[in-house]
Amino acid sequence: MYAFEYRKAASTEDAESGFTAADDASFLAGGMTILPTLKQRLAQPSDLIDLSGIESLSGISVEGGTVTIGAMTCHADVAASADVQSAIPALAALANLIGDPQVRNRGTIGGSIANNDPAADYPGAVVGLNATVHTTKREIAADDFFIGLFETALDEGELITKVVFPVPEKAAYRKFPNPASRYAIVGAFVAKTSDGIRVAITGAGPTVFRVTEMEADLSESFSADAIKDIAIPQDDLNSDLHASAEYRAHLIGVMASRAVGDCS
Amino acid sequence: MQISVTINGKQETGEVEPRTLLVEFIRYQLGLTGTHVGCDTSQCGACTIHMNGRSVKACTMLAVQADGQNVATIEGVAEPDGTLHPMQEAFRDNHGLQCGFCTPGMIMSALAMVDRHNGEALDEQTIREELEGNLCRCTGYHGIVKAIAAGSKAMQGGA
Repeated sequence: MYAFEYRKAASTEDAESGFTAADDASFLAGGMTILPTLKQRLAQPSDLIDLSGIESLSGISVEGGTVTIGAMTCHADVAASADVQSAIPALAALANLIGDPQVRNRGTIGGSIANNDPAADYPGAVVGLNATVHTTKREIAADDFFIGLFETALDEGELITKVVFPVPEKAAYRKFPNPASRYAIVGAFVAKTSDGIRVAITGAGPTVFRVTEMEADLSESFSADAIKDIAIPQDDLNSDLHASAEYRAHLIGVMASRAVGDCS
Repeated sequence: MQISVTINGKQETGEVEPRTLLVEFIRYQLGLTGTHVGCDTSQCGACTIHMNGRSVKACTMLAVQADGQNVATIEGVAEPDGTLHPMQEAFRDNHGLQCGFCTPGMIMSALAMVDRHNGEALDEQTIREELEGNLCRCTGYHGIVKAIAAGSKAMQGGA
């Protein structure tokens, strides 16, 4: 690792002013991506601003048909939350599929979506459930949040405070994990919501995306059969040694069908 | 930076750089070399310790992040007189190790697993699923899984 300054923020205001004062700061949430990145010398921030001391950023609450998860809430807490399990079981189940137990004890929802790794699980739930990302400056709709490969709508120094998920009628997440690292080669999040059916795919492309053709067909008939003939174009999909674009395109259909089955 | 960490019940202070990893602090400054560094990329789990009762990978944490926290390492598991913890005993009885390199991490993960399940005896499927973050390149896991099942059962006795 290159050397950097470390400061532990006491509040979101403190974190933001520390960020502004530094030459080239990064926020440190759970550290499950940034620390490996720093160890490989792939990044060289001047300062790391640790958010773990900001109590207001952690916690889970369920009220008025929504589940609110603080940005610094770790995956293990979301997975183990009786409130999340009862309101949106698919979200608790998704959190339990991220990484491994040790990673789930450190990694956070805010860190995951701010990083927007194409193979991350949470973007699937955020878009699939039409969640709203709250930041220190504004509220951002899920469909506007994830822009591209490791890119989000967040401004420099803008901090996620919480994510608010509307409770769906039914939802399910199915992923085909990388056998060694458990990240999503393809993950499909399907939700029946009061605003219609949503199908969000993570892992397959540069960033999470919706398959509107599947959504339309599922609105007509909510069954795995309804989407079995939909061909997914391979053009914009990821292709690497773990899975070709062709294979990922095929997996989208398979994972989405299974998620639909789980919802029925 | 000066940090102060409770390790295995004992208050330890040290001077570290912001970039010092927690596992480096534990091994090189405190001399507690039971916590191993295997892959150094948060895959293998040989560096697993507990922070505030939860299993974490010490190779993927900064030492400064443990400032003021409560850390447990493999050295704190056995009784002070050397009597093995039931989980350690179970690893010995069930051929839960060959070369032993992954064992400290396996045992720390196993203890966290028992804790997550409120001290209940663990079944094979649970153990295999939740041992995801720990790699062993010798045993083929069968002995480890048997050991954790037996260890979790032995812990029922309040031993």
